Amino acid sequence: MPHDAPVLVMEHISKSFPGVQALDDVTFEVRQGEIHALVGENGAGKSTLMKILTGAVPKDSGTIILRGQPTEIDSPARALALGISMIHQELALIPYLNVGQNIYLGREPRGALPGFINWPALYAEARQQLGRLNIDVDPAMLVADLTIAQRQMVEIAKALSLNADILVMDEPTSALSERETEILFELMRSLKAHGVTIIFISHRLEEVFTIADRVTVLRDGQLVGVAPVGEVDMGQVVRMMVGRELREMYPKEEVARREQVLRVEGLSRGRDLRNVSLELYSGEILGLAGLVGAGRTLLARALFGIDAVDEGEIWLDGQPVRIDSPQKAIALGIGFVPEERAAQGLFLNMAVRQNITISALDKVSRLGFVDFRRAAGLAQEYVQRLDIRTPSLRQRVRNLSGGNQQKVVIAKWLSLNPKVLILDEPTRGIDVGAKAEIHALMGQLARQGVGIIMISSELPEILGISDRILVMHEGEVVAEFTRAEASQDEIMWYAAGGERNNDRRQA
Amino acid sequence: MTAVRLSRPVDILRRFNVFFILIGLCLLLALLSERFLSLSNLLNIALHTAVVAITGVGMTFTMLTAGIDLSVGSIVALSSALSAGLIVKQNMPITLAMLLALLTGAGLGAVSGLLIVKGGLPPFVATLAMMAIARGLTLVYTRGWTIPIMLKEFTFWGSGTVGPVPVPVIVMAVIFVLAYVVLSRTRFGLYVYAVGGGEETARLAGINTKRITGAVYVISGFTAALAGIITAARLWSAQPNVAAGLELDAITASVLGGTSLFGGVGGVGGTLVGAFIMSALNNGLNLLEISSYYQKVIKGVVFILAVTLDLYTKKRR
Repeated sequence: MPHDAPVLVMEHISKSFPGVQALDDVTFEVRQGEIHALVGENGAGKSTLMKILTGAVPKDSGTIILRGQPTEIDSPARALALGISMIHQELALIPYLNVGQNIYLGREPRGALPGFINWPALYAEARQQLGRLNIDVDPAMLVADLTIAQRQMVEIAKALSLNADILVMDEPTSALSERETEILFELMRSLKAHGVTIIFISHRLEEVFTIADRVTVLRDGQLVGVAPVGEVDMGQVVRMMVGRELREMYPKEEVARREQVLRVEGLSRGRDLRNVSLELYSGEILGLAGLVGAGRTLLARALFGIDAVDEGEIWLDGQPVRIDSPQKAIALGIGFVPEERAAQGLFLNMAVRQNITISALDKVSRLGFVDFRRAAGLAQEYVQRLDIRTPSLRQRVRNLSGGNQQKVVIAKWLSLNPKVLILDEPTRGIDVGAKAEIHALMGQLARQGVGIIMISSELPEILGISDRILVMHEGEVVAEFTRAEASQDEIMWYAAGGERNNDRRQA
Repeated sequence: MTAVRLSRPVDILRRFNVFFILIGLCLLLALLSERFLSLSNLLNIALHTAVVAITGVGMTFTMLTAGIDLSVGSIVALSSALSAGLIVKQNMPITLAMLLALLTGAGLGAVSGLLIVKGGLPPFVATLAMMAIARGLTLVYTRGWTIPIMLKEFTFWGSGTVGPVPVPVIVMAVIFVLAYVVLSRTRFGLYVYAVGGGEETARLAGINTKRITGAVYVISGFTAALAGIITAARLWSAQPNVAAGLELDAITASVLGGTSLFGGVGGVGGTLVGAFIMSALNNGLNLLEISSYYQKVIKGVVFILAVTLDLYTKKRR
């Protein structure tokens, strides 16, 4: 039964990473035996706050008060010893050991001889522990053979066998079916009845309203509010999550729609992409909104031939095409600016010139030999056109700012004259000034007739520069808006899976 | 409920595979050469299996932690040179000489282990260096010469028999039983799997992962040294270039036996069968009078096939 005594208070917690204030004076309070939901947009600071709680990341300032005592949590091991356990989806179990071995890893019952393990006792204890929690899993089963739902159950059993009484569950339902979610909720309720405190991070507001007692909302690293779920409705929570005004200007001029460049129909890939269809016109910026894990990046990867799809058809300029490799995609005139630009889009230790021309070497080579003068000319042209600020073409890309690095990635694609350019989070981690330049550049490309697909988790960006907006949720396209129709609240509503339960509250 | 319970579908499939390969190979060779299935030839195969199998046990330990030990061939050579040389050149008692050879192997394994655990070197780098060092030490100690040794008390360990069974086969059996018990019954054994299957998880569970990782290289050095003594005792001499390339045989035997190159999966039972496959193949190729130059090529191909099978079964999960 929940009482009112806070079992945990995180007071005035601040944390910054280079260039980002991840948490700004956040105070978070959890009561004994409650299920407390922690919600917020991507990047709101939920994960950072929980990483601080579980000792994975040190805080800059603030105090953690656990059971009335100020407590330092400086390592994951310390957090475990204090009874705080984080339930990961799969990483924390060893797949090729069995369930019993995983639960008691490092704490095996001793056998008759030193160093030996009393296996019968271990399995008996594991069976008991699982039975107490009504988890229907055989302790001799290999973790690799379990479903994700079962792995989570095993993780919970492991945490409880370590006497954890505060469980942090990060998006525990994201990979579960409805039935599995129901079973998990059942278990959560029974844990709660036994006084276990649960911090529940979820993007799915309907679940928050189903299972949680109270909800804390974070936005841009700050605490926005705390409320018992009975006293707020989904619309209010969505507004608290989104809350901000359009602060920055995102220039995008209207471009008259021209011909269709790309048409996708019924693209499916397991549970990740479900029957995705879309059209893209030349001169258009199509915004893809959704939460992390909604399938936007996977869609982009599929269009660029990185991941194979189960089914679906793609037309480019009206011709049916099969895109089964990035080479094929490039040959067809599709460019992809990935989210991880340092890891996937750039050779950090190579010069600006080499980075720009690496995919266009065919154009500047003769008989397999690169004509370096022509390559340099091509690179110079793009440095000027995109206004890339670099002391020279020989500068290593590592030494450029984030915004200029991103321009180099874009320049690389422009040198191939793409028909379709896909940008995944093009301005993440880029400062405001450079952001506006990237946006201006995208607008300019659209004007020249390139069809652009932009994935972004920043709603103001999506609303500011897209001509049309698709919202994805769990691998499906769930809504489409024109720029004029769209609002932050509505996009967030669909992105969070709001259309699922039809009793749509006031948004 | 022991590690036998560990048997997961994919493991059974793999073990089944490896037995199937061994039986198929034996049938094929029996058809091609009538001498193949004679008792004397089968014992001969078992005898040849011993060196690869014993080295393979240590290799399996390192591979279970997602490591590898490339130095085993060189340690075999150093240990055979030391055991023979200490007896012949330094007039040392046989038992003491053998003990020193074993300690040297374990010690060099410990050095590799420390380089990996404390120095942060990737296992293949540390043991590749150790491969050169141990081979070099062998050449230094022998000055490049073969050391002959005829003492019956010593050659017994490679050439003697108990009843019809060659002594190395008995040593191999003892080592396998020990290794099997350690891996399936003890904490250390379980932690070897845990380190290979998820080092971070193991560390967070309070396991001293560094000690476990270091220890498997000591085991590997020890088993290689034991194989080295057997080699010298079987050849009645220590040859400085003996066992060059043995690491490939040992790794192939482990992988054929279902131990994953990526750690966390497998066991010594499969390694034994894998080692038998390797020496049956060797033996068969000899009976068929195929040049040993070609045999190298075939070994390389078998290794590729074994690893491909490993990748394939992994992907199917």
